[in-house]
Amino acid sequence: MKLIQELLESLAEALVGLGAVMRFLLRLVAASPRALLRVDLISQQIYNAGALSLVIIMLSGLFVGMVLGLQGFQLLQRFGSEEALGTAATIGLVKELGPVVTALLFAGRAGTALASELGLMRATDQLSAMEMMAVDPIRRVVVPRFLGGVIAMPLLAAIFSVIGIYGAQLVGVQIMGVDSGSFWSQMRGAVSLSDVNEGIVKSSIFGVTCSLIAVYQGYYAVPTAEGVGRATTRTVVTSAVFILFLDYLITAAFL
Amino acid sequence: MRKSRTLDLGTGSFVLLGFAALFFLTTQTTSRGISLASPPHYDLTAKFDNIGDLKVGAPVSMSGVEMGRITKIAFDSKEYKAVVTMRIDARYNQIPTDSDAAIYTQGLLGGKFIGLTAGGAETYLKDKDQIDFTQSAFVLENLIGQVLANFTKSAGGQSDSGKSKADAPAVAEPKPTEKTK
Repeated sequence: MKLIQELLESLAEALVGLGAVMRFLLRLVAASPRALLRVDLISQQIYNAGALSLVIIMLSGLFVGMVLGLQGFQLLQRFGSEEALGTAATIGLVKELGPVVTALLFAGRAGTALASELGLMRATDQLSAMEMMAVDPIRRVVVPRFLGGVIAMPLLAAIFSVIGIYGAQLVGVQIMGVDSGSFWSQMRGAVSLSDVNEGIVKSSIFGVTCSLIAVYQGYYAVPTAEGVGRATTRTVVTSAVFILFLDYLITAAFL
Repeated sequence: MRKSRTLDLGTGSFVLLGFAALFFLTTQTTSRGISLASPPHYDLTAKFDNIGDLKVGAPVSMSGVEMGRITKIAFDSKEYKAVVTMRIDARYNQIPTDSDAAIYTQGLLGGKFIGLTAGGAETYLKDKDQIDFTQSAFVLENLIGQVLANFTKSAGGQSDSGKSKADAPAVAEPKPTEKTK
């Protein structure tokens, strides 16, 4: 009996959390139009979230693409259709690996930075100080970071996919000897614009999810050193779970 | 001021790179791409009854050595034939005029490519020349249809002679069944 009650309570707790996040999202969206006027703030956050994540994204993209090239070649060779490697690698990267791996890396690289920055602002009372000065911290601090992440994510995912395709090409064509013309021409014949679209939609949704979780965790962090640490950890864990869950949903919706 | 300039530069180049990547994904991986400057070459054409799923960019080879690529596939509405334009590397400028071109498949499920077989003529193909002897793509459905048609025909004539007998006329006389269609 007690167990059931505890279970129900934790379920209610989770629902309350979800509701609070959604309310926070509405607040951010409501504050966005006016925050958009401060282009300089948003551009700085695009730099923080996007440009600073570029190195890790490009390196990971290269290696993911190279692994796809190797594995795809091994698999396709069994059916005697190595030329389909370009198609296989591109569809895999554009639709699935690009958005998902980018989002996971983004949560680890930019999401944690956002959460700890905001958490530390909370812990050192900078956010309260802004409120005292009649500056809305949501509009001045939170929304630019949120929008920066939302804008940066699809761009990062696209860069990841392109580098990945060249990684697969490097291994498949240069090392394994797949015909270069077949690699590209079969890819162009088989990959449709809707595949690319799916990737863009996915990475945009992941961008909103990751940035939202990061700023929420940071903004509502318990104002202690431990609280900031916990907010950072939670950002990564929650983002990862939600990315993979949403990935399944979006993929199913696009079928 | 200077700090914000470098920052803007970083943001700007990141956004530019991102959009360049998006552009690449939407144009280069899906539709026909813009080909880069190519080494010296000459063009040949060939007309086929059926090219199957031959695609632009597929290789053209002779004796298994790649000599060029297919650059264009068009349709001749007078002869109802596919006109395939191929770009041959200028190194291989000694292809006899009576050579023939056939469409083959790479592996079991692979893409199609054109294989050239050298003829015996003393004169060689030049730019814009046409290869007259062609052999269409092997279309699996047609072949299965022919085998089935022959099989039912021979099974109707004789009672139950083994498979080997039913297979033999399918290969030996594919013409009559084609006409009955």
